[in-house]
Amino acid sequence: MMASSYSAKEEDGHHSGPAGLGGAAIRTRKPDNTAFKQQRLPAWQPILTAGTVLPAFFIIGLIFIPIGIGLYVTSNNIKEFEIDYTGTDMSSPCFNCSQSFSWNSTTPCKCVLFFSLDQPFESNVFMYYGLSNFYQNHRRYVKSRDDSQLNGDQRSLKEPSKECEPYRTNENKPIAPCGAIANSMFNDTLDLFYIDPNGTKTQILLIKKGIAWWTDKHVKFRNPGGSNPNLTAAFIETAKPVNWHKPVYELDIDSENNGFINEDFIVWMRTAALPTFRKLYRIIQKKNNMTPTLPRGSYSLEVTYNYPVRSFEGRKRMILSTISWMGGKNPFLGIAYITVGSICFFLGVVLLFIHHKYGNRNNSSDVPS
Amino acid sequence: MICSLTICGGDEKRVDSRTIYVGHRPCPDTEAFIPSKFCDNRIVSSKYTVWNFLPKNLFEQFRRIANFYFLIIFLVQVIVDTPTSPVTSGLPLFFVITVTAIKQGYEDWLRHKADNEVNKYPVTVLEDGRSVKKESEKIKVGDVVEVVEDETFPCDLILLQSSREDGTCFVTTASLDGESNHKTHYTVPDTEKDLQALPATIECEQPQPDLYKFVGRMHIYKPEQEPAVRSLGPENLLLKGATLKNTKKISGVTVYTGMETKMALNYQGKSQKRSAVEKSINAFLLVYLCILISKAVVCTTLKYVWQSKEGQDEPWYNQKNQKEKDTNMYLKMFTDFLSFMVLFNFIIPVSMYVTVEMQKFLGSFFITWDKDFFDPEIQEGALVNTSDLNEELGQVEYVFTDKTGTLTQNNMEFIECCIDGFQYKHRDTRSELDGFTVTDGPVNKLQQKEKEELFLRALCLCHTVQVKEAGSEEVLTDQVDGIDGMQPQPEEERGFIASSPDEIALVRGAMEYGFTFLGLESKSMKIKNRENNIEEYKLLHVLNFDPVRRRMSVIVQTKSGETLLFCKGADSSIFPRVKPEEVDRIRMHVERNATEGYRTLCVAYKQLSAEEYAVADTGLREARLALQDREQKLMAMYNQVETGMSLIGATAVEDRLQEEAAETMEALQGAGMKVWVLTGDKMETAKSTCYACRLFQRGTELLELTVRTLEDGRLKREEKLLELFCVTLFNVNLKSWSTANQDYGFIIDGATLSLVMNPSREADASQYRSLFLQICQNCTAVLCCRMAPLQKAQIVKMVKNSKGSPITLSIGDGANDVSMILEAHVGIGIKGKEGRQAVRNSDYNLCFILPQFLYQFFCGYSQQPLYDAAYLTMYNICFTSMPILAYSLLEQHISMEILLDNAALYREIANNAMLRWRPFLYWTVLGIFQGLLFFFGVRFLFSNPALQDNGQVFGNWSYGTIVFTVLVFTVTLKLALDTRHWTWINHFVIWGSLAFYVFFSFFWGGIIWPFLKQQRLYFVFANMLSSVSAWLVIIILILLSLLPEILLVVLRKPRGPHSRQVYLFLPFPF
Repeated sequence: MMASSYSAKEEDGHHSGPAGLGGAAIRTRKPDNTAFKQQRLPAWQPILTAGTVLPAFFIIGLIFIPIGIGLYVTSNNIKEFEIDYTGTDMSSPCFNCSQSFSWNSTTPCKCVLFFSLDQPFESNVFMYYGLSNFYQNHRRYVKSRDDSQLNGDQRSLKEPSKECEPYRTNENKPIAPCGAIANSMFNDTLDLFYIDPNGTKTQILLIKKGIAWWTDKHVKFRNPGGSNPNLTAAFIETAKPVNWHKPVYELDIDSENNGFINEDFIVWMRTAALPTFRKLYRIIQKKNNMTPTLPRGSYSLEVTYNYPVRSFEGRKRMILSTISWMGGKNPFLGIAYITVGSICFFLGVVLLFIHHKYGNRNNSSDVPS
Repeated sequence: MICSLTICGGDEKRVDSRTIYVGHRPCPDTEAFIPSKFCDNRIVSSKYTVWNFLPKNLFEQFRRIANFYFLIIFLVQVIVDTPTSPVTSGLPLFFVITVTAIKQGYEDWLRHKADNEVNKYPVTVLEDGRSVKKESEKIKVGDVVEVVEDETFPCDLILLQSSREDGTCFVTTASLDGESNHKTHYTVPDTEKDLQALPATIECEQPQPDLYKFVGRMHIYKPEQEPAVRSLGPENLLLKGATLKNTKKISGVTVYTGMETKMALNYQGKSQKRSAVEKSINAFLLVYLCILISKAVVCTTLKYVWQSKEGQDEPWYNQKNQKEKDTNMYLKMFTDFLSFMVLFNFIIPVSMYVTVEMQKFLGSFFITWDKDFFDPEIQEGALVNTSDLNEELGQVEYVFTDKTGTLTQNNMEFIECCIDGFQYKHRDTRSELDGFTVTDGPVNKLQQKEKEELFLRALCLCHTVQVKEAGSEEVLTDQVDGIDGMQPQPEEERGFIASSPDEIALVRGAMEYGFTFLGLESKSMKIKNRENNIEEYKLLHVLNFDPVRRRMSVIVQTKSGETLLFCKGADSSIFPRVKPEEVDRIRMHVERNATEGYRTLCVAYKQLSAEEYAVADTGLREARLALQDREQKLMAMYNQVETGMSLIGATAVEDRLQEEAAETMEALQGAGMKVWVLTGDKMETAKSTCYACRLFQRGTELLELTVRTLEDGRLKREEKLLELFCVTLFNVNLKSWSTANQDYGFIIDGATLSLVMNPSREADASQYRSLFLQICQNCTAVLCCRMAPLQKAQIVKMVKNSKGSPITLSIGDGANDVSMILEAHVGIGIKGKEGRQAVRNSDYNLCFILPQFLYQFFCGYSQQPLYDAAYLTMYNICFTSMPILAYSLLEQHISMEILLDNAALYREIANNAMLRWRPFLYWTVLGIFQGLLFFFGVRFLFSNPALQDNGQVFGNWSYGTIVFTVLVFTVTLKLALDTRHWTWINHFVIWGSLAFYVFFSFFWGGIIWPFLKQQRLYFVFANMLSSVSAWLVIIILILLSLLPEILLVVLRKPRGPHSRQVYLFLPFPF
């Protein structure tokens, strides 16, 4: 990329100072003749000129454009299906649920949405829920948690951090898990059914393992009382978050996925960067090589509608997506790489032109007169 | 002043003088012995003590805008609920304050040590007839102190006794005013014999800082006699800090001690020179402060606009707590504003001052270490007195230089003389007896010989030269200006010591022609004449040289009883005092010599009759004893005595140019600096020196503005001056338009300058000055001759305060240059390195904070920080500061050799080219571009936060970490792109910083930190690296943000006449 020259400036020989009459007795104050002190350290002096930058531009262009095309193709090959089930429309099956929402209702409101996939999803399918206009990155919200409580600390369990206010205590009992994030955990249940052409509904197996970061699940989040399987006892004397239907120790029947180490909970606790976000909900594992994970055809999504978003004009979505090595579907990177690659290539051409037209004249007159 | 004298009347004496009892002995005839209170002899140059260090130093540091600002931010963070913890701004502030405090504390500790060394230095004090060893700080006013050779004086002393027979001693005041020549000081007459029981009092003025002024009176009481009164002048006063030379031992009585000594008074109240860089940094900071405030205002406004919408402010999932609900709306707005301020406060780089300071501090070491500055003759390298001004060296526009000793070697050689109108030149071949030949015209041998001898006697007598004592062990190693004793000398060769090398040259000149000065012994001067007979003269009076009178005289008495006055001095001061008919013959020679660049002196004499002498004698004595206005009285007396003389001849002394003076001058001019020579010499002499050192060149058109050109019968001087000004200015402007490369030289003399500076009508002053400046600024070289020291300072001050306030540099060696040096921005310096690069931090911080600002639009204006607190804190201190420091210290855009060969390259950096608004704007725009790029690049990536190949999603801290990683890499790589000179230190620091960032991020995210409330970054960095998309976005964003920089390098068009060469070496403009 750079034309470079190693110009190690040689230190000139150590010629001893004027031979004083006193000889060695005279303490000379002559500065040390070291390369560092004389600012003559050997140095690499790269020179950036049009001549050296030009190839760099071409090379960047030649590398980036293929990468960009690769990324773009990869992104395009990712199958993604998205369905909004907020229920703001009268026509939406979930309209009733969204209208009649009440925190106190004991009977869950259910709605069913039908959709069809035009193309089969071949590999593992990842099921996301998406929320819009939900400010998980609001400062008051982001800080409203107690990580040491979530790490199983007994003291924090009994005495949650002040940051959790106003979701710190309920009826003089400490809330576990405390804070606004935990309190607002997403609690819709989504079930997916495949509808055969002949009309039979088959429930699709949704795996809930592996949706959270491994380190979160195994290190950052811990139940109080360590490996004690009796979670109910561990959470005694604590209150459930006010908006929850069930206490934390009843999130799942599987003890490996219950309490603070419930993966749905952990996923929720990782606050999103932007007000429109998606979070991993379930994984649909590929069964075998013969059949696609989700074949073409009709499906139904059964929603247990617990989560109100109407009050802040939010939206709820369910997303089905396959995943590639670069993650989910996002054409941005591919486009960016193609664009930057093209710009570099274009600049290379322009520079080459300029270099040829003006560079030569400069060079010829550089001969010192 | 005058009125205070009249009003105070009798009190005035008590106020203006102090009485000292020599040896603390009560004296007869005086009122009761009252031991007066004077301060002790402790020198305190240190600023702090252990007790007041903390408060005082903190106070000083917080007076700096940036520090104060960060203190305020810190306090806001402590008091108000803010997005970031107080640690984020407290820690950098603490770091900065600590580093500075350590530096200042260390410097003060050094001062303490130096003070202690001085204060505890053992001195010998005569007490009750015994010598007592004491610590220096215990000396009291009135103590009689003994000092031996090569020791420094512990306090200001009146010399009472010297081991030298003639009652003199030699001192060098190198540490006081930089003059390293030997100066002669005299004992007070009649105090020689009996110091142990000398009943005497000294009355002298109160301490004052002028090194060259002292008036006092000594009363010596003798039993049954009127007390003898002796006058005391600066020649009797030995200053603290000066060193005794060439004299075995002296005794003196203490008059001023400790902080009242002239040395201490001179070091007090010296204002710290503040560099222009710091000022411009402050200006830039102000701009950033404005950006900061406007950002905070925008965010606060938008926040309340956004919140006014139903359900946005307090959705069900994010309720406020009770306290927040209760807070008053306006108070909340205010706290919100403060919170935004805190959030964006990092836009102002806290570490910039530290980086700049460290750069200057360390940079000064490079100057000290530079072996090219090392002078093998005096075994000393360059000394940096203040590190604050290093970078000014790269900004010098005006160079003021003294002529004698700076441009020239101040190593005088007697060239020729002119006696009675005939020119005498020294001939190498000693064909004639005296080797002294008339080179023009026939001579009446006999009469001429008489004149010759008179002239040579005058040269031998009229001076203050001392003969260097032979046999002194130090003769060989003692290296002092004006001593001719460097080599072992043959017996007939003598070493001389004098305050001015001219005098030595003259005495040596006379020696060449057969008249040898043997020395001064107890008031009688001995000379050996051509016949090898010893002649003795009684020295009656020395009328000392001073720069105003520009002459000196001696009054001697010959063996035969004749009283003679010999006077030598500048022609202008001699000619009016001799018979006019004698002048013409000699003037011609003097002027010719002057044009050849020699220093000329005229010699005159007069015979004093007994009556005349008696008048002069009493007059001089009285004047010397006067306590008030002694200077004026002496001056009047001198002028009275030195009249009606007859001119004998003139001398010409050559002062050779310094080695490579001409090359240096050319280089300075090539570098676009304007060189002004300020000298006390004659115009002709100075002019020829200027030609010799190529300050004026053949093509240079000279504009003269001197007394001679002003003399016009019709007009008054001032009117003529104005007219000339206008004509000259018109010429200069006209010609500079028509012919591009015409150089102008401008010559002005002291008398004319004083007309310019102090015209009779006050109203004209500013007009004259601006005209004068306009002319000077259009000239490449300006020569000011016949300057008084104060005028030199006036000129420097005038230029310094002119439009654009250019940076000035003064070079000089003598006492007459001190005021000029103090006045200029830069004392002395030859080579500059610009350290302003450190200021680029400012754009680092813009692209650091801009994403944080943009993030507010996406988080409901809730002041949510984008980056983790650790990153916020460490960004300035750890991740970016070291490469900047290394870069600013070690960068050599252009190699030393090329720099030395092409002085014109200096033009590129001079005039603050590196730190003007244009580059600043460029950095700001670039910073904004990069900030936008970083934020939105990642923003589009996060439109689908499922970035890992296992479908898992990233959160807000991953977002911030990606942006921050791009940021750290971009700014460091940008610096790497700018680095033209990669030493191993640069490699180490740049790659080390990046490695440290990666290491730190792993480490910080790898552990559950028990002291943290939130484990925000737990494994965020590692997870980020496991995502291919994150890698790809980081790479492309870094590349894209570096693209403008690279492009600019390649597309930059050469500018200006020298730029093609520069273009080759200077591909990076900023």
